[in-house]
Amino acid sequence: MRIGRTVAGRQARAAWMFLAPGLALLTLFTAWPLLRTAYLSFTEYSLLTPPEWVGLANYRELIADDQVMNALQNTVIYAVVVTPVTIALALALAMALNAKFFGRGIVRTAVFVPFVVSLAVVSIAFRFLLDPNYGLVTHWLDGVGLAPTQGALAQPGTAMAAVMAVGVWKNVGFYMVMFLAGLQSIPRDLYEAAQLDGASRLQKLSTVTMPLLSNQTMLVSILAAIASFQVFDQIKVMTNGGPAMSTETLVVMVNRVGINNLEFGYGSAVSVLLLLLILLLSMAQYFYFGRKQVRY
Amino acid sequence: MRTTSPALRRAWTVALTVAMLAIGLAMIFPIVWSILTAFKPNAEAASASPTLLPQTWTLENFAEIWSAIPFAQLYGNTIIFAGSVMVLSLAFDTMAGYALARFDFRGKTAAFIAIIVMLMIPYQAVIIPLYDLVHSLGLGQTVAGMIVPRTANAFGVFFMRQFFLALPKNLEEAARIDGANEWRIFTRVMLPLTTPALLTLGLFHFQFNWNDLLWPLVMSNSIDGATLPAGLALFAGQHVVEYGLLMAGSVLALIPLILFFLLIQRTFVTGIATTGIK
Repeated sequence: MRIGRTVAGRQARAAWMFLAPGLALLTLFTAWPLLRTAYLSFTEYSLLTPPEWVGLANYRELIADDQVMNALQNTVIYAVVVTPVTIALALALAMALNAKFFGRGIVRTAVFVPFVVSLAVVSIAFRFLLDPNYGLVTHWLDGVGLAPTQGALAQPGTAMAAVMAVGVWKNVGFYMVMFLAGLQSIPRDLYEAAQLDGASRLQKLSTVTMPLLSNQTMLVSILAAIASFQVFDQIKVMTNGGPAMSTETLVVMVNRVGINNLEFGYGSAVSVLLLLLILLLSMAQYFYFGRKQVRY
Repeated sequence: MRTTSPALRRAWTVALTVAMLAIGLAMIFPIVWSILTAFKPNAEAASASPTLLPQTWTLENFAEIWSAIPFAQLYGNTIIFAGSVMVLSLAFDTMAGYALARFDFRGKTAAFIAIIVMLMIPYQAVIIPLYDLVHSLGLGQTVAGMIVPRTANAFGVFFMRQFFLALPKNLEEAARIDGANEWRIFTRVMLPLTTPALLTLGLFHFQFNWNDLLWPLVMSNSIDGATLPAGLALFAGQHVVEYGLLMAGSVLALIPLILFFLLIQRTFVTGIATTGIK
């Protein structure tokens, strides 16, 4: 008994030695700033003077602020379009790239490469490709009579479509790899059994593939939705929120209000809004998929 | 049982191959275009009738970018930032993930839940106090200030925990009976088994920090202290027409990432598959 306790004690001490540095760093640089964001959202603060408590003033302002509503709306529109499109494409690509054909390895790499490269850096390329005067894509569109006269990024509707397309392009490869890893872990004999039972291609998809991919689908959905709500890089570089704020999302607004204008209190209130959105969404998805989860 | 004729199956394979090669080309088109544009003289890059291939090939953009912006400085900053974060975060994430996967101790569940919650917090939502904190630590406008908040990562801890969970229990028991201490078991027995996971997570860390725009942009108010994405974005904002130059800078900025990925590509899917991030 005493020996058991000392062994357990030694194990616990060792465990905490391993855990402590990481946990301490995360607490200091993630958990503490989170509490601080919550606190600052109730203050007026510009870094130069100490925060001044203003109660709910920032939140009252936030509810009445057209810019917040605009950023919120843009964020939701972006997420509602980009998330499902990215997941569907990633799944389709994973299935196609799981089949055998010539050049499969090269195509897998090509699809994944956009995830590896810097979005800020390639966004400069996208801005140039869509330039009204020198852009190659504009030039080609012109050739088939689809000329966007002032360039795609100068018009509200097309600017949003362009940053969305870049968002899908960037992440689809990463989720494709996740689905691919899932597809490769499905036992072959399940398909053979389904085949013997006379299942069609579509039936195999709905009774074998999809249920056994539910873990990946959950993870990919949560990650893709969170990533959509956090969209920043391509917007900052391609449009900087414009034209006429038509592509300004919540993170772009936090950056503008909080960092550029030094309105830390108000910026924090916008951050809290973003955080609540993401937490609600992750929970909703977790519970939705939690019910349908298949373990194997 | 349904059977498909060989001719039909062949036609399907050909169609699939053609379609997938087209998709692959479309995916890397912006990168290929960037590379080709980097070899165009500036007048041609900004031509009103653009072409994909350069009419005249030149290396002047690659030579000029070093003096147009403090490119060597930016490159150095980015290597130090992404490299140090990768090494430090791998160390701390691995240790924490190991503790959560292989030991039983009081507070383990609470610690794990804390990690999961922190995993969901977008860093954009805490960036204001983080900026404030780094400044009050006296690290404002320094590369060290950029690095320190990134030296542990909740996703990394979770990722490594998943991997360590999958390893058989008798490995460490054998070592323990042989009298090895916990640190030795961790570094000599368990860690060598994690190579695919370490390489995969290393790529994630390196890639995320190498590419990050918002944090370096917030942490550096001058171009000298910035990283490559931030520096190029600042430059692009001020010099709208020098695209050949910008593309040369972009291509040089992409090279280390692509090399890193190509190097570990083989272990990459294994890394994801065996951590149970599947």
